[in-house]
Amino acid sequence: MTNKFLPWLVAAALGVAATAAQADTLADVKAKGFLQCGANTGLLGFGSPDDKGEWKGFDVDFCRAIAVAIFNDPTKVKFTPLTAKERFTALQSGEVDVLVRNTTWTLSRDSQMGLIFAGVNYYDGQGFMVRKSLGISSALELSGASVCVQTGTTTELNLADYFRANGMQFNPVVFEKSDEVVQAYDAGRCDAFTTDASGLYAERLKLTNPADHMVLPEIISKEPLGPVVRQGDDKWLTIVKWTHYVMLNAEEAGVTSANVEQMKTSDNPDIKRMLGTEGTFGEPMGLTNDWGANVIAKVGNYGEVFDRNVGPETPLGISRGLNALWTKGGLQYGPPVR
Amino acid sequence: MSVAYVRETPAEALPPPSTAVGAIGWLRANLFNGWFNTILTLVGFYLVYIIVVPFLEFAIFDAVWTGENREACIGPEVGACWPFVWAKFGQFMYGTYPDPQRWRVDLVAVMFIASMVPLAIPGVPYKRWNAIFFFAIFPVLAFILLVGGFLGLELVETARWGGLLVTIVVSYVGIVASLPLGVLLALGRRSKLPIIKTFSVVFIEFWRGVPLITVLFMSSVMLPLFLPDGVSFDKLLRALIGIALFSSAYMAEVIRGGLQAIPKGQYEAGQAVGLGYWQSMRLIILPQALKLVIPGIVNSFISLLKDTSLVLIIGIFDLLGIIQRNFTDANWATPVTSHTGYLFAGLIFWMLCFGMSRYSIFMERRLDTSRR
Repeated sequence: MTNKFLPWLVAAALGVAATAAQADTLADVKAKGFLQCGANTGLLGFGSPDDKGEWKGFDVDFCRAIAVAIFNDPTKVKFTPLTAKERFTALQSGEVDVLVRNTTWTLSRDSQMGLIFAGVNYYDGQGFMVRKSLGISSALELSGASVCVQTGTTTELNLADYFRANGMQFNPVVFEKSDEVVQAYDAGRCDAFTTDASGLYAERLKLTNPADHMVLPEIISKEPLGPVVRQGDDKWLTIVKWTHYVMLNAEEAGVTSANVEQMKTSDNPDIKRMLGTEGTFGEPMGLTNDWGANVIAKVGNYGEVFDRNVGPETPLGISRGLNALWTKGGLQYGPPVR
Repeated sequence: MSVAYVRETPAEALPPPSTAVGAIGWLRANLFNGWFNTILTLVGFYLVYIIVVPFLEFAIFDAVWTGENREACIGPEVGACWPFVWAKFGQFMYGTYPDPQRWRVDLVAVMFIASMVPLAIPGVPYKRWNAIFFFAIFPVLAFILLVGGFLGLELVETARWGGLLVTIVVSYVGIVASLPLGVLLALGRRSKLPIIKTFSVVFIEFWRGVPLITVLFMSSVMLPLFLPDGVSFDKLLRALIGIALFSSAYMAEVIRGGLQAIPKGQYEAGQAVGLGYWQSMRLIILPQALKLVIPGIVNSFISLLKDTSLVLIIGIFDLLGIIQRNFTDANWATPVTSHTGYLFAGLIFWMLCFGMSRYSIFMERRLDTSRR
């Protein structure tokens, strides 16, 4: 009697969310009926609440895409806002099923934490912002410039390396906090301001006259950001990885959320396989065959997601850069669906 | 012998010099009383001037009052961006609590105020029933209403709670749990029973020895690793337990201070009239001890209320956390957004803390019967 009821009592009293111990995340997710996605506590363009409190953003849309792939329903996802310190524990302990929280892919994170990166959904890297009135178009013209930078970060080291490697002089103007760096730059205490490029675009919105400033095209460090899953569940890894790839392939083939229904009747075998009208590519993954079509219809292809959240038409106004498709000079490359 | 001139009535008193009465006299007596005080006054006025004027300019005269998005608040000389607060006001109060369910929070708030105000006003009768409701029945009703999941109420996970709701929930739980726990721990620490005494000492010293941030981090980062795979406590619940235990240790020491201030004669008097331990504590010692330490208790409450903001480091969005999170909305990113948000948070926290502090002064004066 006691044994039979005790677990239920405990579960009811403490709100325990118990999931099966074996590593079959897909089955767990299907059983509980929603995807638990580790998200940012708030990052401009990547995951932030709108006026109604709905989560919007680039990383948020990726979570929704995974939810659509599994449930064909973008609302079947719950977000756990995680700080930088909590994020890996939350994934390791099973509190979240996938971590999509602008996390940089590094060797040690892949090898030492029991985690594995499922790809790169955003290539970030350190860049420079300058005043347009300076009249320069390349970071290589910054010789002799004073550069505002946050002290004690890899950003500061990368900056020194870059100028030394290119034989240029610069005056670092260092601050403890990122807010101070922005304010100093805004007040004109330095010619250029450096941090990760996506951060530059975000901080630009907080300047007095955002339109007077531009981000230079050079990226001087590698910050590949991507979704992370637990090691030991290859089936789940495959789903997360291919959700990203199918969105890339859709953009490459010109399939958008608007035209995906017409595209289903396309004669192009690539598109037919991607949208599930030919072959059975979804079922071996544990999904439906039309999962790709659903993702495109409900969330959109990679380009649509980019443009909607961070692209040139948004307040952020980030250009595609390294995140352009490989066919357009970027690094985003989706392996073929076949 | 006659006197040439004797005044038979006293002369009319002259009015005091104009520099000693009225506005000028008051100024001289209170503000310009000597060269040192004159300098202090002038410096004081100057400080008020350089703080208050820019503040009013930012918060009122240069502020933007209406607008749809960030465009309204961009410009060279723009003050506070109040439309940001209007647009996000629901979130600041409820977090992402679902819109159609917010009446539940409102109802809890109404019950909270309706039971707390009569409890706080000494003249209102039925104190006993009121207290039983406020400390025993209300938490259960609030739990049912806020969490839901049964009685036809939709389940609202604590991950969707936020804003002032979380601030108040965390402080209420901390305050309501820490006072009785603190009393027990304080009594335990003064007990002659070795096990109880040791337990109380160890408990108090442990929780006082670790910073609240560590407690919160342990509860949110380490605890999940110790638990079996796939089992996870609710994050807010973990934080609530951590904060309640933490604050009860501080409360225990405050109350112990009061217990020690009670003369030994009072304890002996209790024994002399044949009261047992609990009776003499309840009827004689604690009423006096608690009255003595009201400032300390309220001090703890106020610092607890402000400490609730620390939960934002573990991804729970209290009032301050949700305001900060909304700085990341690209629709509202402007140079003044964060200043406006912090100003709003400051106003709310100040109102709560100032209210508590005034009420404590009122209670102190009212209960200060022995020295009147």
